[in-house]
Amino acid sequence: MYQAMTALGVSAASTYTGPIRLDGDPKGASVLILGAGVAGMVAAMELRKAGYRVQVLEYREKAGGRAWTLRGGDRYTELGGATQEIRFDEGQYFNPGPWRIPYNHQGILDYAHRLNVALEPFIQVNHNAMVHGTRAFGGRPKRYREVMSDYHGGIAELLAKSTRQGKLDGMVTKEDGEILIESLRSFGALDRDLNYTKNVLTSDRRGFEKDPGGGLNARPVPSEPMSLKDVLASRGWAYLASGALYEFQMTMFQPVGGMDMIAQAMARECGDMIQYNRKVVGIQQDERGVTVAFEETGRPGQVQQARADYCLATIPLSILSQLEMNVSGPMAAAIQAVPYAASVKVGLQMKRRFWEQDEHIYAGISYTDLPIRMIQYPAHGYGSRGKGVLLGAYAFGPYAYEFTALPPEERVRRAVEWGAQIHPQYREEFDTGASVGWHRVPWALGCNGMWTDATRAEHYDNLCALDNRILLAGEHASYIPAWQEGAVLSALDAVSRLHRRVVSA
Amino acid sequence: MNRVTLTVVAAALLALPAIAQQPQSQQAPAAAGAPASAQQRNDGAASDSHGFVSATRFGQRDGASLYAATCAGCHMPDGRGAAGAGRYPALAGNPTLEAAAYPASIVLNGLRGMPGFANQMDDAQVAAVVNYVRTNLGNRFTADPATPDDVKALRQ
Repeated sequence: MYQAMTALGVSAASTYTGPIRLDGDPKGASVLILGAGVAGMVAAMELRKAGYRVQVLEYREKAGGRAWTLRGGDRYTELGGATQEIRFDEGQYFNPGPWRIPYNHQGILDYAHRLNVALEPFIQVNHNAMVHGTRAFGGRPKRYREVMSDYHGGIAELLAKSTRQGKLDGMVTKEDGEILIESLRSFGALDRDLNYTKNVLTSDRRGFEKDPGGGLNARPVPSEPMSLKDVLASRGWAYLASGALYEFQMTMFQPVGGMDMIAQAMARECGDMIQYNRKVVGIQQDERGVTVAFEETGRPGQVQQARADYCLATIPLSILSQLEMNVSGPMAAAIQAVPYAASVKVGLQMKRRFWEQDEHIYAGISYTDLPIRMIQYPAHGYGSRGKGVLLGAYAFGPYAYEFTALPPEERVRRAVEWGAQIHPQYREEFDTGASVGWHRVPWALGCNGMWTDATRAEHYDNLCALDNRILLAGEHASYIPAWQEGAVLSALDAVSRLHRRVVSA
Repeated sequence: MNRVTLTVVAAALLALPAIAQQPQSQQAPAAAGAPASAQQRNDGAASDSHGFVSATRFGQRDGASLYAATCAGCHMPDGRGAAGAGRYPALAGNPTLEAAAYPASIVLNGLRGMPGFANQMDDAQVAAVVNYVRTNLGNRFTADPATPDDVKALRQ
């Protein structure tokens, strides 16, 4: 997956180089920004600072867009009308959208720092979390450390012995072969005979049958490794690469209290630039400016108008592609060219933190081939005697479509039933849940824009180009799709290009 | 079958956004299956006894089950569509469904924000769901049903 995505250029690092400087006088120019998500608010803050008159129209009653956190007392009505009353306890939350920030996403991190949003570590890799396959090891989950150690040890043994037996002759010199063997002993915890076997050395990686203790009876008992054959057949190795991805390498962060803390801080900073409950229904530009038609929530059919010299539309293409707007043919074609991904998340509040108390799993992610695909344990509130909210499902592709098509409470019920195969405590401890299928989110109509090499080649530049007085921003106008960083960088690039146009006019 | 499976795997690699970090297993569909009690609860028109069988392709074979598992997520179980900041068009009583080639092409290739299903359904599945939509939800387009061969010809 990583190789495939890197080849497509979608795992690129952030190119953020620090706060932008928009020097030069905009001469009172005005900009109408559509959408108060991360992209729209970043643009609004920077343009206002540069001297523009800025107005933001937002569909929802609050800012953030897909940067969204559900807490107790929230009420969420999805497309189709199903309403969920969120009943999480005080201090508990669930992020249906973005939930982690890589250290290399310097743009969104810088805005968090500048807006004094407190961050804490997000735990991506937990060696004590579970790796589960329905057809592996009788359906019994293994610990990540066991799968990783035994996989590394098994392949290290194979390669080291092959090297010693001269089977790599011609591929490595004799000298390099000796270094290779030495490195494989280190990599895989092999003994002098190049075996990966039951001993203290391997248990120092995979964990012990009986951990080292103190006093009498303290001697550790090593654990029995799984055979390479079983580890390969289990396919548990497929999950090991995740934490090696540039975007998921430690350190990762989360805002204290929920991902929307960044968006909320941005919204406070934007203040009355943002007008809420405005549904955009059309965008028309002429020689002197842009007119945006909108309706207020609760007053359908009563079309009002807003006007400015320029318009920055950050509305997802799933929605923008349905609006009447007079842009050039190439930009119109680009807006129509990007399908939006299915994705589902389920948040499950448990009556007690059994993953910590019973299984010593502190935050991190367990992986499974069940439709829930993973369970994430909260990276805050460690050791609390109270409740905790798990991410009980996070799926893309067919599973996400199938989850989305179910009623919200049925998604939760299934996430509990499937999750109980990994943690039987679910049956006793499940308290209340919430679920979000992104195709049913009224302000998004999908998780993120899905580009391919072919559509990027044909449409991406046309999507991002300034079209007379209209330009676009958002994760869809970036090479970091579905990440807040993509929204930040696309907004900064858009306002920089717009500003150059304005000051040179 | 092999061609379809390979295409599915390739498409899964291409289509997954960066946020989907879990590696996609290239094995045959896992026997994950819905829990037995879940299957029992959903007998009848919206049966999903072949649902949730694979991370990369749909397991349902009949049109009603495919509709319930895929189309209904956006176009809603009754086909009436939905409206928020944008909208999902109604499939119920929709005259553009008269010629099967049009909905078949959309199911395969998508349209605007709607993703295509070319890599997640085989020809027979696409034909089945298209014919279901054309003859249910208040639609009565029984003439010239889509065939798997028709769908195959529409694949790009």
